[in-house]
Amino acid sequence: MFHTRKTPFFAAFTLAAILAPGGAHADEVAVAVAANFTAPMQKIAQLFEQDTGHKAQLSFGATGKFYAQIANGAPFGILLAADDRTPEKIGREGLGDPATRFTYAIGRLVLWSKQPGYVDAEGRVLQQGDWRHIAIANPKLAPYGQAAMETLAQLNLTDKVQGRVVQGENIGQTYQFAASGNAALGFVALSQVTEDGRLREGSAWVVPASLHAPIRQDAIVLKPGQGNAAAAALMQYLRGDKARAVIQSYGYAF
Amino acid sequence: MVAFTLGPEDWAAIRLTLRLAAITTALLLVLCTPLAWWLAHTRSRWRGPVGAVVALPLVLPPTVIGFYLLVAMGPHGFLGHLTDALGLHRLPFTFAGLVIGSLVYSLPFAVQPLQRAFEALGPRPLEVAATLGAARLDRFFTVALPLARPGFITAAILTFAHTVGEFGVVLMLGGNIPGVTRVVSVQIYDHVEAMEYTHAHWLAGGMVAFSFVVLMLLQWLQPRKSR
Repeated sequence: MFHTRKTPFFAAFTLAAILAPGGAHADEVAVAVAANFTAPMQKIAQLFEQDTGHKAQLSFGATGKFYAQIANGAPFGILLAADDRTPEKIGREGLGDPATRFTYAIGRLVLWSKQPGYVDAEGRVLQQGDWRHIAIANPKLAPYGQAAMETLAQLNLTDKVQGRVVQGENIGQTYQFAASGNAALGFVALSQVTEDGRLREGSAWVVPASLHAPIRQDAIVLKPGQGNAAAAALMQYLRGDKARAVIQSYGYAF
Repeated sequence: MVAFTLGPEDWAAIRLTLRLAAITTALLLVLCTPLAWWLAHTRSRWRGPVGAVVALPLVLPPTVIGFYLLVAMGPHGFLGHLTDALGLHRLPFTFAGLVIGSLVYSLPFAVQPLQRAFEALGPRPLEVAATLGAARLDRFFTVALPLARPGFITAAILTFAHTVGEFGVVLMLGGNIPGVTRVVSVQIYDHVEAMEYTHAHWLAGGMVAFSFVVLMLLQWLQPRKSR
């Protein structure tokens, strides 16, 4: 009885929701986010929901793993990668729309120690320090690891650090090695150790961008996201002033 | 037709994994025999808590074990303080550190089959041996151990296989150093992340085949309950 009486109301409501003009209709998009972009993206998603009414469902992880999932039909609408190589490949393979690809952030590399006063402003600790382990993200997998190796090569320190490098699978684990104090030093993402433009703890040397190729982090709309209003809106929002202010406050460039 | 594509790094990872599993298994069998014996026979009120601690690695995610070991072995952890005091290097990122992690991770796979084997013996064989004049240690080595042999075989195989399959603990503690801490499971993860799927398939498929053979072996070796 109760059910049947309510049915017409629900039907009308559903019909209205379907027929409503796109702008007023809130959509949802699943976003695969590179681990290093976790903190800024959480803030951006919140602002995005407030401002547009659309919802962004965030998943965080390693870009390579996301690629494997996307190639196997994962229902992500957008990928915010840790590199530019993966989105390029995704576009080429028809897993996403190449026309939507753009650089949403350029990562900054930092040499960091949990110990205050240990890393000097010029990174001389690399040559002179008595450290035993330096944590670097796996250069084969992580663009931050690749940038770190390029930096060491530029400084002619590749031989010196040989045998002292411990590799994190990604930048998050690399940070963990350094944050637990097991590695005295680590090459991590500036976004991991700063908040609101300030170092959260320890000591750091922000590696000059001239010492390595830029760490371009690209975004792309994936197949399941094509035609989704929330996906298009989020790609737009990431280029807007509000999002950029957040991105910048975590130490990324453009 | 795909060429056989295990590279030198893959073989290094396989050798390292087998060495880690062999050392862990040998150490655990020795260390766990008295513990399993005690658990099988004690009436102490500590039996419950100790049994629960032994079983913990069964239910904890390996990343939890690896994370706490990383912290404990670090400069601020008690194991780190201990190795510092002894003048040793700290354990994370070393093979010795992986062995310790594996001992914890595989502990229940050694203790529980042994404990069950000892419990299954019952008091009779030992009582008979005692009336024939065998001393305590003699009874243990000449009566209990040979009778519990199926338990030792099960414990050895399970411990070995479980250690070969370890991932989370090594990921947390290892530092992914080729030839030192980069085991097969981590190597597979690397291949997948780097989108080298052919490599990943060879190694991962090998793991599946290996695990299958191990479990088949176990079924063959286990005494059948025929009655």
